[in-house]
Amino acid sequence: MRGLVLALLLWPTVLPAVEPQEILADPALEARARDISDGLRCPVCRNESIDESHAEVARDIRLMVRERLVAGDSDDAIRAAVVARYGEYVLLRPTADGANLVLWLAGPAMLLGGLGLGLAVLRRRSAAQEELSLSPEEKSRLDDLLGG
Amino acid sequence: MRDDLPRFAVLGVPGSVQYTGSMIVELGHFALILALGVAFLQMVVPLVGAHKGWRNWMELAAPAAATQLMLIGFAFAALTWAFLSSDFSVRLVFENSHSAKPWLYKLTGVWGNHEGSMLLWVLILTAFGAAAALFGNNLPLPLKARVLAVQSSIGVAFLAFILLTSNPFLRFDVAPMDGRDLNPLLQDPGLAFHPPFLYLGYVGLSMAFSFAVAALIEGKVDAAWARWVRPWTLAAWMFLTVGIALGSWWAYYELGWGGFWFWDPVENASFMPWLLAAALLHSAVVVEKREALKSWTILLAILAFGFSLLGTFIVRSGVITSVHAFAMDPERGVFILAILAFFVGGALTLYAARASAMESKGVFGMVSREAGLVLNNILLAVAALVVFVGTVWPLVAQMLLGRVLSVGAPFFDAAFTPFMVALAAVLPIGSMLAWKRGDIARSLRVLWPALVLALLLAALAWTLGTGRSMLALVGTALGTWIVAGAATDLWQRTGRSGAARLLRLPGADWGKAVAHSGLGVTILGVSLLMAWQQEDIRTVALGSTYEVGSYGFTLNGVDELDGPNYRTLMADVTVTQGASEVARLFPEKRFYPVAAMPTTEAAIDNGLFRDIYVVIGDPQDDGSYAVRTYVKPFANWIWGGAILMALGGLLSLGDRRLRVAAGAAKTSRSAVAAE
Repeated sequence: MRGLVLALLLWPTVLPAVEPQEILADPALEARARDISDGLRCPVCRNESIDESHAEVARDIRLMVRERLVAGDSDDAIRAAVVARYGEYVLLRPTADGANLVLWLAGPAMLLGGLGLGLAVLRRRSAAQEELSLSPEEKSRLDDLLGG
Repeated sequence: MRDDLPRFAVLGVPGSVQYTGSMIVELGHFALILALGVAFLQMVVPLVGAHKGWRNWMELAAPAAATQLMLIGFAFAALTWAFLSSDFSVRLVFENSHSAKPWLYKLTGVWGNHEGSMLLWVLILTAFGAAAALFGNNLPLPLKARVLAVQSSIGVAFLAFILLTSNPFLRFDVAPMDGRDLNPLLQDPGLAFHPPFLYLGYVGLSMAFSFAVAALIEGKVDAAWARWVRPWTLAAWMFLTVGIALGSWWAYYELGWGGFWFWDPVENASFMPWLLAAALLHSAVVVEKREALKSWTILLAILAFGFSLLGTFIVRSGVITSVHAFAMDPERGVFILAILAFFVGGALTLYAARASAMESKGVFGMVSREAGLVLNNILLAVAALVVFVGTVWPLVAQMLLGRVLSVGAPFFDAAFTPFMVALAAVLPIGSMLAWKRGDIARSLRVLWPALVLALLLAALAWTLGTGRSMLALVGTALGTWIVAGAATDLWQRTGRSGAARLLRLPGADWGKAVAHSGLGVTILGVSLLMAWQQEDIRTVALGSTYEVGSYGFTLNGVDELDGPNYRTLMADVTVTQGASEVARLFPEKRFYPVAAMPTTEAAIDNGLFRDIYVVIGDPQDDGSYAVRTYVKPFANWIWGGAILMALGGLLSLGDRRLRVAAGAAKTSRSAVAAE
């Protein structure tokens, strides 16, 4: 037992992140902490938020976030502080400014383009359909011919 | 040989003497080289034959495809043999296996690494080619020759890739004593069969690609072509569905906090082809029934396989996860990138030159089934492109702008979800519109009970969640709307003769209803789980009880035990509700000494309406343990929906019309083979 416990202590744990000791007593503040943590990337991990990561630096950021929450900072101020220290890389939700607008607007723009293209094709298709059916003049002429 | 590898000989016997009895690995290597030669022949000869109209040159394609399959099958068997017999003189076996590993994971270790997984990739590629050769007797000979030649050109590229950059058969001069073990996270039944299914899906799309390129060369696309392509696409899409679901399920129970989708580049790599294959399935229906949307369908077939290649590139080069790692060892990445550029670029060039020749015949109105399917295609294709932009954006920003940034789950949740919401909202209406010219008001008159049911359940979800979560409201409404809409559609098809006819409906009708319901069920699972999940993190003393939601949890004890190739700390937790015991759970924390890696094994009590999920953590100073407890409502609906989608595909594949209409009884077997 002792050997195993030692081994577990020596090797990095894979238990996800937030340790019982870290949790804030105030549930409202803790909920905000979790919410902020979800959007912050662990700088040394592969696509893990600090909330999920077990890395030392993730723990540091989690504690930093909680300290500032207790100190009364706003969510945005806390995010800005983390970015100031660790860089833009930690934001899992990239800011919608400058070149990043390309990223954010790509979806809506492509949707509009796709819908426009689709509509144009549909128009042509249904116009082709109109051509196949008879116009009112043709119809009356046909009636005349058949009737006459 | 790398410096850190052991250089000692076993019992002082020189390596060359030691494995005289296992030439089988060298034979496998040789078979792979031969396969490259055969693939080259199969690429060139039938193509020339089809161009010149030489029958016997065209007829070479089928036996060549069968030979190629046998050769690569032998190579794969040889590598499997090396793994099963723990032949550590083979470098790949040494790096990814261990003599104490259970045999199942020795087997799955074959594809649990780069070289072996690429060999599996080409094995599946040639299996699809051989299946098309064997069961495609009703195809016109020139089309068949061209399809097989194109398919083989992909084989040539990847066989060269394996032999030049990723040879799985390399030996050490001197065999090490034992292996380094497979990553313990991969030693799991869910993940063991995740790659084969994904590859069956990825590579299955190569058939659609080959048919598309062959059609471009011939300059002809008609309903028969769509009928030949659809079963392969359907099969590939089903495999992808199962593969993605397996991966998601594995992440859910293995990673230790019950996440099921992370928008990781590697996940996105499989999700993009899935979205495009789904679009392709639907547009091929329009080509088949109405002879419209031909050139769009060809483009989709090229893009779907293009994204499969892109996925292979992302996963195999590691470029997206670490630009640095890529720069250090760019050989493989650049090779796959060249393959990607050649096939997608070549196909698109051909497309640009020939697509205008694809004259569409069918005409249809602005409100019609065809128009609905066009909308389906726009939403799915744009959603796939959004995932693509999000996946490559960090790379683009770093290389072009010098900005190091991340694009994670919050972005994808925000940018991708609206497309699925729109798709779900219009799906039941679109799928019930008449071909050629439909009437929305008429569809709605039939669908109103489904709509009312969806709104009622959504209101119930809103009340149950005490108005906390929009997600539960919207998800319940859309999920129910789709499931009830699919049921309505099926009921409508029986006409006035009622339930008796239900069983006699064609497989395609059932397939459509079941697959659409699956999407609805998955939407319900995802949104209700995310909205209503409860989490609890605390330290628990042995013997004490705590509560999460309506459940009581007692930590009875923690034991140390030995597994076959790991040691474990196993906790014993009793779950109660009121006075009655609900479950006894045994979460573990394992330690794999060879790989020097710990893993968590969550204990889950599965249920139709909720999972109870317990994870044991580190021992604390005072003798208590960190414990995480989750109640996860509707979790199993996520993968249940995926199973329904795949089942829908299977039912559709079994439809007699798909086979009879294609011309001969022979095709019936092509559908079976594709399964």
